[in-house]
Amino acid sequence: MWQFIEVGVPLALILLGFFAGRLAERNHYTSIHKREDEFLSQPAATTKTIEEGREVQSAELAVGSVVVSVDYYKRFLSAFRMLFGGELRSYASVLDRGKREAILRMKESSPTADVYLNFRMETATISKGKRKAIGSVEVVAYSTAIKFKA
Amino acid sequence: MIITNIETVPGKRIVENYGLVQGSTIRAKHFGTDLAASLKNLVGGELKGYTELLQKSRKEAMERAEAQATELGANALINVRFATASVAQGAAEILCYGTAVKVE
Repeated sequence: MWQFIEVGVPLALILLGFFAGRLAERNHYTSIHKREDEFLSQPAATTKTIEEGREVQSAELAVGSVVVSVDYYKRFLSAFRMLFGGELRSYASVLDRGKREAILRMKESSPTADVYLNFRMETATISKGKRKAIGSVEVVAYSTAIKFKA
Repeated sequence: MIITNIETVPGKRIVENYGLVQGSTIRAKHFGTDLAASLKNLVGGELKGYTELLQKSRKEAMERAEAQATELGANALINVRFATASVAQGAAEILCYGTAVKVE
């Protein structure tokens, strides 16, 4: 009985993580792609200056942030990967989603800007999971939103 | 107050520089959001409770920096930076700093 619980519970969590995590990831990517298309003509740049001769109407700080975490299945996979080293591909998609979501939220915080200057992105570990695995990560994106005179 | 993270305010001229201002806050999380987050950790994805908490903290830190700048007589805050540091398990410091200036 106890053996069944010891094996069964983690297995159920892994399956839950696999299916629910995969579904959530697909839905999130659909939403990211759709929103990224809307902001195609409003780029973010890491440069600090604008082209000469354009008059600026307003400048303000735009900030976007998100906290993301990995699902149980990916954490399970990463435990194996950490034995042998190498790229953690299962975590890459989680952080990719976080970064793109943070950029989109930054742009959505001042949606009428023409360009986002001096774009910066930072990640901070919020909680460390068991055995040094990444628990959850915060991604912050910020920049100066510039609106040109028409 | 105009806030930017570049060295100037585009379209405006800096007439006076008041130096560094900063604002910070250290926040701990509520055990309720913590519990919800630990459940959400199983399926992964966004932890909305934490996102909100950190957004609020960042706003608070920025408001404190702004208040300092206003006190000095500035009307803009330039070259703003953020930093996050976890002080203890479950508590984080959010720091916001920049240069207070007067622009025309």
